[in-house]
Amino acid sequence: MSTGAVRREETGTTRDGGGAVVVRRTSARRLVWYWLLPVAVLAWELAARSGQAAYFPPPSRIVVRMYEMWFSGPPTRAFLTDEAVADLLPSLARLFAGWAMACAAGVLAGVALGRSVRLSALVEPLLHFARSVPPAALVPVFLALFKIGTPMELASIVYGVVWPVLINSMDGARHVDRQYIETGAVYRLGRLQRLTRIILPAAAPKIFAGLRLSVSLALIMMIISELVGSSEGIGHRMLEAQSQFDIPAMWAGIVLLGLLGIVLNTAFLAVERTVLSWHRSARS
Amino acid sequence: MTRIERGTLGALGVLGFLAVVEVAGRTGLIPGSVLPPISQVLAVAATLPLDERFRSDVLATLEACLSGLAIAALIAVPAGLLLGSVPFLERSVRPLVEFLRPIPSVSLIPLAMFLFPASQDAKTALVVYTCSWPLLINTLYGLGDVDPLAKDTLRSFGFGPLAVMWRVSLPSAAPFIATGARIAVSVTLIVAVSVELLAPGDGGIGAFQSLAGSANRIDRMLAATVWAGLIGLAANLLFTAAERRLFHWHRERTGVTA
Repeated sequence: MSTGAVRREETGTTRDGGGAVVVRRTSARRLVWYWLLPVAVLAWELAARSGQAAYFPPPSRIVVRMYEMWFSGPPTRAFLTDEAVADLLPSLARLFAGWAMACAAGVLAGVALGRSVRLSALVEPLLHFARSVPPAALVPVFLALFKIGTPMELASIVYGVVWPVLINSMDGARHVDRQYIETGAVYRLGRLQRLTRIILPAAAPKIFAGLRLSVSLALIMMIISELVGSSEGIGHRMLEAQSQFDIPAMWAGIVLLGLLGIVLNTAFLAVERTVLSWHRSARS
Repeated sequence: MTRIERGTLGALGVLGFLAVVEVAGRTGLIPGSVLPPISQVLAVAATLPLDERFRSDVLATLEACLSGLAIAALIAVPAGLLLGSVPFLERSVRPLVEFLRPIPSVSLIPLAMFLFPASQDAKTALVVYTCSWPLLINTLYGLGDVDPLAKDTLRSFGFGPLAVMWRVSLPSAAPFIATGARIAVSVTLIVAVSVELLAPGDGGIGAFQSLAGSANRIDRMLAATVWAGLIGLAANLLFTAAERRLFHWHRERTGVTA
């Protein structure tokens, strides 16, 4: 595997929107380049132990706190403690529900708008304004509307996620190669078939670029909504840890959310690669 | 469709939306006790710039965003140049970057509030963290895209590595860095407003909103949201326009028309 090939692949992914690096084929030789990770963790551990930095506890204490708090439950419950069930499940459920709702709505509306010049001209200024509103500035509004609880958090996640998905889907559906559409007309495809066989596949790379952005946005909005107005969830637990000066528990939350970010991104890239494998092979 | 037709349709869309929301508010479809009618919100929004407090809040938010972005650029771009020109460093640091980057910046808000008792500093620090990653990653991508022939040409004319970096690598990576900055700016506002909502001590749009919320003035809160949207829109247009103007040669070279 030449480094030139990797590089081309990486720049290819930035061009269509996100900025995620596609890590393919983790070979032993690649793993060697991970040497800095354990070294960094070890350096942190030693520095924290000798320096007594109050806000940077050694990683070992964070891990122990994570274990005590969340993962020391009975084997029958997959080692999750009561706290884990109370903190993690609502957060994850809202994250996925909000993300799924926003993606479905965004793709549907985006494709519809992308295929109609008049409709998109009608709503475009509104869209550009709506997506420019920082979703955090709407969280207090949702809080006043729905009070503390799941509806308010769902609304925050959906609003934060829907715009990049919608705009990218619209873009993708708008720029379908005219030849494809004409070929479909020659084969007398119906409206539904034209949509599922031609427009959606042709727009898929763009749609996925929007979805990729939306994964990290959904996580950000989940955390903000839980920090600002929630009585449960990871964000709420972190705020509680902060007010009780339980620094390792606060760090446990940061580590958990970071891991969640990595897992979600990696899983999404895997799905994207599978779904878009035809696109990759058609291009090269 | 001509520009004028597009513009007319767009204006119609905005007016139609406002009319529908207004009617829904007046007829009680949206309960007036929860959301004030849109005309009232817009009227309040129009008077907000006259409000001394609101002006200073907007400035506090913008100051944190801009200084954070500037500091991030001063850190991330040189770091990217260093990593990009020393392959050993880049390959060693990249896994670390890939581990740190997905950590959502807002999850660091409680930590930042400990480290920086002044909320303005906490805000700026988080903005720096948020902006550094897209800037760093895009600098690296940009450096990977530099034409090797141009570098070799300069080298064969006897230019040193620093001169090559300054005259070839940095200019050809610049459009990518600008894209990174544009991506960063939108998240910057989210982070700044979130910190202000949680720690309203030093003012800001979020602080203004949480104050309006505790006074049960939803109209003022929504009016601030409208301004936040306008600021976001202006920032986006500004960065896109600047990118087009400064880097039109890049678009011509790569053939991207959009």
